[in-house]
Amino acid sequence: MDNSAQAPLQTAEDPLFIGGVGLKSRLFLGTGKLGREELIPEIVAAAGVQVITVALRRVDLSDKSGNVLSHIPVHVQLLPNTSGARTAEEAVRIARLARACGTGNWIKIEVINDSVNLLPDGYGTAKATEILAKEGFVVLPYINPDLYVARDLVNAGAAAVMPLGAPIGSNRGLRTKEMIRILIEEIDLPIIVDAGLGVPSHACEAMEMGAAACLINTAIATASDPVHMAEAFGLAVAAGRAALLAGPGRSLVAGASASSPETGKLTAFLEANAASG
Amino acid sequence: MEQKTKELVINGESRLCAAHSLSDLLKELGLGESAVVAEINGKIVSRQDFAVTILAFGDKIELARFVGGG
Repeated sequence: MDNSAQAPLQTAEDPLFIGGVGLKSRLFLGTGKLGREELIPEIVAAAGVQVITVALRRVDLSDKSGNVLSHIPVHVQLLPNTSGARTAEEAVRIARLARACGTGNWIKIEVINDSVNLLPDGYGTAKATEILAKEGFVVLPYINPDLYVARDLVNAGAAAVMPLGAPIGSNRGLRTKEMIRILIEEIDLPIIVDAGLGVPSHACEAMEMGAAACLINTAIATASDPVHMAEAFGLAVAAGRAALLAGPGRSLVAGASASSPETGKLTAFLEANAASG
Repeated sequence: MEQKTKELVINGESRLCAAHSLSDLLKELGLGESAVVAEINGKIVSRQDFAVTILAFGDKIELARFVGGG
């Protein structure tokens, strides 16, 4: 019976193309903070995930246990991030190291020099994007939803733009909605909402608005049941996308509009019955 | 017979190692080659060169790998 949830994810013949890859699933998964990385295959299966982010860290020589790659199904597109980079130069160095791992040329640029709100540095991000795109990377930069930064990223050769919905890990939802809407309208690249989305309705709203995909980490990783939360996010993302493609009906500024016909009402009939009864 | 060792700086820590090549070093440290990426003196070593990369006294070696992350 578990297959019932798969149906909506597969009905849309509406692939998202990034770096020449056609993706059926518009839910990208972050793998940080997962209590048990062994859950990754179940999460991937439940939500139909095709893109997964990972981070690059120094090997801890006193604790060599665990290898996140061993839990990631081979069909999944790996999207290493440059977390920990404080400058464009550091992001470039991390990206090159990540590529040397032999897991492909996709890279999520994070340049962050703000330990309180973890907000990304748009200038550093654009600089790193320009260098890495020239080196053949498929670059997905993480930014504040700022139109000018997004334009710089287009010119720098980004494959998509990933604006935050709210600060990383906050689960507060689509707080930057108006700014993201502007990016969706003005930027001719996939807009992937990354960071801050806390529950499936947040992701659904982003997709209804025209976001190309959502990247979810903390909301799934910190849920009581990450597998079922991932499944719920998968459904919400697919539902929002389907609604966008279906073209939502108009909304009234004020007043109401009856759904049932205004003509042929039974008023006279009911009045006659009341008189005779 | 005394084993020849050399001092290497691995992830910021000085260590005496017997390893001749980078592949040997990963074995000595108990690390699987496939999961690790290496930089020696600031230069990335591609995986196919691990076995032919000979380590010298004082080499600064950075070893990194993927972990869960967003």
